[in-house]
Amino acid sequence: MKDFSVFDIIGPRMVGPSSSHTAGAVRIGLIAHRLIGDEHIKSADITLYGSFAETGIGHGTDRAVLAGILGIGTEDPRIRYSVLLAQSEGVEFAVHKSDREMNHPNTARIVVESVSGRKFEIVGTSVGGGNIEIVEINGMEVSFTGDYPAIVLFYRDVPGVISKVTSILAETGANVAFMKVFRSAKRMDACMVIETDAPIPANEIERIKQSVDGIKEICAV
Amino acid sequence: MNYGFSTGEELIRLCENEKITIAEVMLRHETETCERSRDELVNEMFENLMTMQESIRIGLEEDQETMTGLAGNNAEKLLAYAEKSNMGPDMARICSAALAVAEVNASMGKIVAAPTAGSSGVIPAVLVMCSEKHSFTDRDLVNGLFAAGAIGIIIAKNASISGAEGGCQAEIGTASAMAAGALTELCGGTPAQALTASAMALKNILGLVCDPVAGLVECPCIKRNAMGAANAVLCADMALSGVTSIIPFDEVVNAMRSVGRMMNVDLRETAKGGLAVTPTALEIAKRINDEN
Repeated sequence: MKDFSVFDIIGPRMVGPSSSHTAGAVRIGLIAHRLIGDEHIKSADITLYGSFAETGIGHGTDRAVLAGILGIGTEDPRIRYSVLLAQSEGVEFAVHKSDREMNHPNTARIVVESVSGRKFEIVGTSVGGGNIEIVEINGMEVSFTGDYPAIVLFYRDVPGVISKVTSILAETGANVAFMKVFRSAKRMDACMVIETDAPIPANEIERIKQSVDGIKEICAV
Repeated sequence: MNYGFSTGEELIRLCENEKITIAEVMLRHETETCERSRDELVNEMFENLMTMQESIRIGLEEDQETMTGLAGNNAEKLLAYAEKSNMGPDMARICSAALAVAEVNASMGKIVAAPTAGSSGVIPAVLVMCSEKHSFTDRDLVNGLFAAGAIGIIIAKNASISGAEGGCQAEIGTASAMAAGALTELCGGTPAQALTASAMALKNILGLVCDPVAGLVECPCIKRNAMGAANAVLCADMALSGVTSIIPFDEVVNAMRSVGRMMNVDLRETAKGGLAVTPTALEIAKRINDEN
């Protein structure tokens, strides 16, 4: 039997109307925002599936995902006005509805591109109560919830990367909660998601990037 | 000492053995299971209370326009009618506060899910609007929220607080049971009386289906918040006056779970049954779909 915190029942504080269709949608967008990091976002392309596509407009799901992409949190009343905010910040965006069958009814796909041309494509699902799962990044199947601070590493699948990364993490004293590796094919693009109890400092992330061969990019989400 | 509990019986035993309130058991249990101090937990709940109070104020004072224009500003109407109300001005004000929060929620305003966003009007309406009459302090109301949380946890563990799993009885029913128990405790009722109030509140809403028009948290959800609040006050009053529940709280919760399992999936948030498939609802759904 799952043990609940009192704040699972009285909470979260959130912008309505729906924890799954609004708050969860914002959180999926926020993952895309964090992958881009400090850079300005040039464009965002959002596709809604299943119940997100069917009832998303009335639940503000489109505005919620866009708000998250702009870095607006689940408690922020500006969610309702994210379209205006995107326009004033010069972010190009489009929202599509798709009737393609996905594994989970509340699914969104986001393609974001920064002004310098960094591009990410993620697929996230809103699994209830504002909880989410990211199930795909840049075409690779992944699985993480965004409940913990995490770093996402993109690298070429060669021996030794995992142990080098984890040994640096050990030196920083970071406590790893969950860690998963994914790859597109043997010796091809791979992705590592490390969820930690506390955020990993930016300088340590930079150290991993500099000292481990084969790493293309590290994002803190 | 372990303050964990999974049933109403365990919760009452903890209260009676330690001679403490439901709110105090909840606070002690939370302190022992998370890495935060008692003060931090109280402050966090205080944040929730302030958000609840603000959502009532906004819903009663500012124009609310829901995403589809289906609902809005009914809270103000009922409040303006309070003095003439057949149920009395106090109850009318409580119900208008419940409508207010639910309308704020449907208009993409900020609320506290309690236990869900769709049922977020019940608990703030009952606790905040009763505080004037009884001179409850904000600290009292924070205790009320901890007590409400304890009752909600038992229902979440043994049944469900999700409309998709258990229908509206799991959302408005749970919120109403939480509010009834918390109000009873705040008014000086014993832990056993509080759970009696919760049992009666849940019994009254047992079997209610989740049938949102166009799949949105507007119709009939907003008005059911007002009903849930009124029901909570009624059941708290009955428990405080000495009325007892024939069926004990834990058995009511188990009955709610079993009713939820028997409920056809069309009646569990999918908008494929009940009010959602009436001719009027289908017309509204079509209109919203065409507009977008």
